[in-house]
Amino acid sequence: MTDIEPDDTVDAKGATCPGPLMDLIGKIRSAESGDVIRLLSDNDQSLTDVPEWAEEAGNELIAVEELDDHNAFYVEKA
Amino acid sequence: MTEHVVIVGGGTGGTVLANDLADRLEPELDAGDVRITLVNDDHDHVYKPVWLYVPFGQRELDDGRRPLEDLVDDAVDLRIDRVSEINTESQQLESMEGNDVIEYDYLVLATGSTLESDQIPGLTEGGHNYYSESGATDLRDELLSFTEGELVLSVIGTPHMCPAAPLEFVFMADDWLRERGLRDDVDITYTYPIQRVHGNPHIAEWARPIMEERDIQVETFFNAESIDAEAETITSMEGTELDYDLLVTIPPHSGVDLIEEAGLGDDGWVDVDKHTLEAEAAENVYALGDTADTGVPNAGSVAHYQAGVVGQRLASEIRGRPATATYDGKTLCFIETGMDAASFVEFDYENPPSPAPPSQKLHWSKLAYNESYWLTARGLL
Repeated sequence: MTDIEPDDTVDAKGATCPGPLMDLIGKIRSAESGDVIRLLSDNDQSLTDVPEWAEEAGNELIAVEELDDHNAFYVEKA
Repeated sequence: MTEHVVIVGGGTGGTVLANDLADRLEPELDAGDVRITLVNDDHDHVYKPVWLYVPFGQRELDDGRRPLEDLVDDAVDLRIDRVSEINTESQQLESMEGNDVIEYDYLVLATGSTLESDQIPGLTEGGHNYYSESGATDLRDELLSFTEGELVLSVIGTPHMCPAAPLEFVFMADDWLRERGLRDDVDITYTYPIQRVHGNPHIAEWARPIMEERDIQVETFFNAESIDAEAETITSMEGTELDYDLLVTIPPHSGVDLIEEAGLGDDGWVDVDKHTLEAEAAENVYALGDTADTGVPNAGSVAHYQAGVVGQRLASEIRGRPATATYDGKTLCFIETGMDAASFVEFDYENPPSPAPPSQKLHWSKLAYNESYWLTARGLL
């Protein structure tokens, strides 16, 4: 378990691609610089989508937590 | 006791369902055991796919409008009103115009999508769209006098109505400009928010080579952050800035606020079981079409097929039988690839799309369907 305290969480479990990434982008859009957003996704495509987009957009993927039936991505807005 | 089915929204999903139920439950309606009410905030039913053709001068807005009372079975109570509040505990709706309470035994939400242009600074001033009536006519006026420069189409977020329409627009614009001898003087750029040109990877793989062949520039991972209408630039969250002379956008979409206020789901989309279309947070509530958060495209064919499923399930429940009909994700789409060619896809939750080779026959099939759509709305096709 990570001890990162997110400022907001997006629960995109059950959503098909590109839903989880778009949900994350939507939340980042309204977040403040430095905020940490946690994305919950059970879509394997998120394992590549989220890191690629975070790098492209200059945001930092600070942790990926593997949980029982989904992953939690922690992204800090630049 | 009379069972009251209330449908909110008179788009494709709500209208097809109202007519489906009127046919399916005819004996119960005749006996007074069932009442069906369709609530819509406009006298007209609007067929939005017509708007794609308006900017190219091929259709008029009136081609996509018909009075609901001409489309809906007489056995259905049509109420022109706007629902302002949903209370799923007491099974009641409050309305704006009637200023009274509508009680329901079964509620179906088919409230569709709304455009959220205000989410992006400068979008209202700088961007054109064909996702509204006024947008389509404004864009037509711009496009008809556009002879050179940078044409940018930017998809600002998903989900949005008709996921194929952005591809269709750039393919049609490319062909239309070539026919008019202007293509060499116009650069076309297409932007998409994720790392490919369409949300569905199979459609993206099919479309990308066509864009390359036609010299349509592509910017992926482009999430519009702001538009400077004066400088004619669009800037993405990822730090890319594009100049434009004509900017066509797919504005951000959401559902309607009263769904979130009722605790049925976020952003105006109802959380549903994607097979039964029953709301997860309330009893006796269904959602269909754009309103149902199923992950399938926001498309008329989806609403059409889902209406059949909800119709069967409601009829079973009203008759005291187990509801067994389920939605399998079925989606059909024609995709225009030019002014006289189109492709076609069919897919569901289990089977991915495989776009058909573009042909003139498929283009005419799409136009023929657009003309016969009114039979679909009536529940006949």
